[in-house]
Amino acid sequence: MHKKTLLELSQTLRKREISSVELTRYFLSRIERYDSQLNSFITITPELALQQAQLADDSYKAGTADLLTGIPLAHKDIFCTLGVKTSCGSKMLDNFIAPYNATVVEKCQAAGMVMLGKTNMDEFAMGSSNETSYYGAVKNPWDTAAVPGGSSGGSAAAVAAGIAPIATGTDTGGSIRQPAALCGLTGLKPTYGTVSRYGMIAFASSLDQGGPIAKTAEDAALLLNVMTGFDQRDSTSLDRPTEDYTAHLQRDIKGLKIGLPKEYFGEGLDHEVAKVLEAAIKELEQAGASLHEIHLPNTHLAVPVYYIIAPAECSSNLSRYDGVRFGYRCENPKDLIDMYKRSRGEAFGAEVKRRIMIGTYALSAGYYDAYYLKAQQLRRLISNDFQQAFQQVDVILGPTSPSVAFNLGEKANDPVTMYLSDIYTIATNLAGIPALSIPAGFVNQRPVGLQLLGNYFSEARLLNIAHQYQQRTDWHQQKPQGFA
Amino acid sequence: MSLQKEDVEKIAHLARISLTEADIPLYTQNLSNILALVEQMNSVDTTGIIPMAHPLDATARLRPDIVTEVNQREHFQQNAPQTQAGLYLVPKVIE
Repeated sequence: MHKKTLLELSQTLRKREISSVELTRYFLSRIERYDSQLNSFITITPELALQQAQLADDSYKAGTADLLTGIPLAHKDIFCTLGVKTSCGSKMLDNFIAPYNATVVEKCQAAGMVMLGKTNMDEFAMGSSNETSYYGAVKNPWDTAAVPGGSSGGSAAAVAAGIAPIATGTDTGGSIRQPAALCGLTGLKPTYGTVSRYGMIAFASSLDQGGPIAKTAEDAALLLNVMTGFDQRDSTSLDRPTEDYTAHLQRDIKGLKIGLPKEYFGEGLDHEVAKVLEAAIKELEQAGASLHEIHLPNTHLAVPVYYIIAPAECSSNLSRYDGVRFGYRCENPKDLIDMYKRSRGEAFGAEVKRRIMIGTYALSAGYYDAYYLKAQQLRRLISNDFQQAFQQVDVILGPTSPSVAFNLGEKANDPVTMYLSDIYTIATNLAGIPALSIPAGFVNQRPVGLQLLGNYFSEARLLNIAHQYQQRTDWHQQKPQGFA
Repeated sequence: MSLQKEDVEKIAHLARISLTEADIPLYTQNLSNILALVEQMNSVDTTGIIPMAHPLDATARLRPDIVTEVNQREHFQQNAPQTQAGLYLVPKVIE
């Protein structure tokens, strides 16, 4: 049952071969059996899940069920869930019971989906390995000595181990695509403004975007259909007609122009990963795509620019955690300033503190022009690179991550090395364009991710290419051992 | 850009984050390394380039100035560390 795609699960439910309650119990028991090895969940919500499953079964009986009704999913613990702890991976929110639902959570619920629980993540989504979580690191199902990637590492590990059929994630600099790549999954970051950020705890507001982490491109398209849509409650939500992201999955890709950026295949990319990608590129060529060398000359600036913009926005967003209205408050504060400082000092982890301080510095009087303004100017140059490329090609192909999953602890003490592992994913967030990662092979039994980047609103096209690739290969069907 | 201990103490104060004396050397080193990485930005002349604040250059949407929220004070204050008579309590600010 845990190997089935969403459509297969949907058919099984529709034919009443299994009820949603049974299916939910099945996944809850898998979580109970396997999650002690992975630590992919922060909170499991069995009672709520079974209630939602019962409602789903009722709607099947009443004939009002939708396509995904009764299918369980897991939400990253960054999405607010009414009455359920929403920690964002931080001690700061360890006692926070969300008083409302995020729009994404509401939409999944309205589609009849069943929430199994909330997945582990890097603290406030700041990290690329899931090691900054207050709740401990998550392990990669392919090798429990390896990181699952981050920040949506819990969602990726849960789906890869088949303890959740699908999960939500968020991506500020690669936090959906990189864990998807490291765990052998399909993960998509949509165009900025496509998925509502209402109730999605803010990290860097001009970069944050929610999206699906799935076993296949088809599954990702189906969940994306549920997650997207205009939302008045998000001031940056885009008011566009709704789209069916599954509509073009079956299209063949003859005549597709794929751009290969020289900067994405040079120094820094692991040789074995490069070989895996070469084979994948050949496969797409055989499917009728043509290859074109392109240039994204400002690629090397993406990481520096990101590490001004993201911390600046985070220092502003995280100023709300002051120990006054919600979240952690220190014991016996001697005055107001002491309460602010110690509450934040005691409840934020080291990576969050680093980023808040960098952002505070960059935004402080006398430095704003040199850092934040400069970064916003360079952001435009990075974005212009993509627009020029998309005049020549339909999509851009590259690695998702410079290497396969690294070992736990390997980069944990060196922030800058960790930051550089996001070199291929960060620029898309700065530009706001969509991108996805799909599994393309293995190096040392650890999955390799291939990244496809498209112009604004090209999600359906990216999913089409990913689906066609998955029709010709079986990398996405490989399962880690030990989670049978 | 290399920061000194005093710089980090000042930034931590501005950010309202307490650091222990023992942690300051490591943060000083970490933050200096991050700022060194960011230095690369200066290799490009950006004179005349319009800063990009929003990926699609969209402007904030306005809505009619009407009340859309209902009062949920009790509900929201369930998450508060300390309240009294519907107010949030903090350490004494005015003597």
